[in-house]
Amino acid sequence: MTAIAADTQVRIDEMPAVRMVGVDKWYATYHALKSVDLEVARGEKIVVCGPSGSGKSTLIRCINQLEPVQGGTIIVDGIELTAGPKFVEQVRRDVGMVFQQFNLFPHMTILQNCMLAPMKVRGVSRAEAEATARKYLERVRIPEQADKFPAQLSGGQQQRVAIARALCMNPKIMLFDEPTSALDPEMVNEVLDTMIDLAQEGMTMIVVTHEMGFARKVADRVVFMDNGEIVEMGEPEAFFSNPQQERTRNFLGQIGH
Amino acid sequence: MIRAFGPNEFLFIVMAVQWTIALSAVAFAGGAVGGLLIALARTSKPRVLRYSALVFIRIFQGTPLLMQLFLVFFGLNIFGIGINPWIAAAIALTLHASAFLGEIWRGCIEAVPSGQSEAAWALGLGYRDTMTSIVLPQAARIAVAPTVGFLVQLIKGTSLASIIGFVEMTRAGQIINNATFAPLTVFSVVALLYFILCWPLSMLARSVELRFAAANRR
Ligand SMILES: Nc1ncnc2c1ncn2[C@@H]1O[C@H](COP(=O)(O)OP(=O)(O)O)[C@@H](O)[C@H]1O
Ligand SMILES: [Mg+2]
Repeated sequence: MTAIAADTQVRIDEMPAVRMVGVDKWYATYHALKSVDLEVARGEKIVVCGPSGSGKSTLIRCINQLEPVQGGTIIVDGIELTAGPKFVEQVRRDVGMVFQQFNLFPHMTILQNCMLAPMKVRGVSRAEAEATARKYLERVRIPEQADKFPAQLSGGQQQRVAIARALCMNPKIMLFDEPTSALDPEMVNEVLDTMIDLAQEGMTMIVVTHEMGFARKVADRVVFMDNGEIVEMGEPEAFFSNPQQERTRNFLGQIGH
Repeated sequence: MIRAFGPNEFLFIVMAVQWTIALSAVAFAGGAVGGLLIALARTSKPRVLRYSALVFIRIFQGTPLLMQLFLVFFGLNIFGIGINPWIAAAIALTLHASAFLGEIWRGCIEAVPSGQSEAAWALGLGYRDTMTSIVLPQAARIAVAPTVGFLVQLIKGTSLASIIGFVEMTRAGQIINNATFAPLTVFSVVALLYFILCWPLSMLARSVELRFAAANRR
């Protein structure tokens, strides 16, 4: 652990965006992550797939410590998360997260949703926060909704707001937990397109999704999880056409790939 | 000497309404502060906080208000503060309201979906900002109706302070009854005054509840 921390100081620029080493996560007596190792380079796009309950959400929620871990090391952007609570808030500022259920703040307008964290956490002025918010709402193509409340928007629009809200913090890494799973089918593409734009701008992204078209188009690597383990990992072409593991083949067969 | 129940007697009871209101207001204000602390402690991470708050709530929910009044009243006396029904009633009712509001508001805080605070944490907000900007404003909407409901209970509960000699409406009624021996008239007046205090609050709670229900459907 100390060796890794020292390493961090020396080669911070070559440091991966995320490095997880031997991460163990327990929910009471249930072993949800079993000694997981994962390295994500800066600018890399990772798609995580796997059956329900395999630990995909748990994996990405560990990266911003929405879930504490019981063993191993997690280093995000050179900061060792597992070193203490002070580092957790520091990392969270630089890691955006988009949830399956959007989790917009229902008592605030779209604009207020986007301005809150920059003002409270980064301490930027109201005017600056508003300018940033409008810029990102434009980017996700819903500038005209700024003064509405989340409940007045469609699911696809809400999820794009959630992406804009995260981007307003100017994150270095974006985590997506099944961002299109709660959407009506006709709204899936508008959200995926937003994510593709983001990927093309060079954002580091870790995306839990079963949208294999998105994975083929955007992912540098696809990670397959089962039963709390990373079973297989590879570039999309090889991963889909020539999976090495039996469990991967079964899974790809089941989701009709 | 038996007096008749006349305008003076009526006025005596009406004047005591202010003490019922004063005691309710003090207990409610104190209970709001205490209740918020209890509710935050109950929903916090540290075990010590959660369990101390739970013990406090259980004690006050598990014993009659009258016993709480007696214990504070005679307890203050033991600590040499002397017998003062007003202070004793204010303290006892404040503690009582803290426990009940704490439990009501804990439920309201927990009714806010966990995804809300997770989204706030994921944006880097700390505990304080997450509570004040995200969780409490949403909990407050749910809390209005049950809180007003409890306030009605509290106003009626102040009548027990008459037993330790605090002259609010009920005690005023007893005093007049002892002089006039017209219990039916006297206590009808007292009951009517309580009703006039409480009924608008019940209506308010109901209309607020309907408004939020309508807002949530939208
Ligand atoms: N808060 C929790 N408490 C207990 N068990 C949990 C909790 N969250 C997830 N789990 C369990 O951990 C396993 C992995 O969950 P999750 O990471 O949500 O899977 P996935 O996102 O791949 O569907 C599941 O078996 C789930 O039941
Ligand atoms: Mg999941």
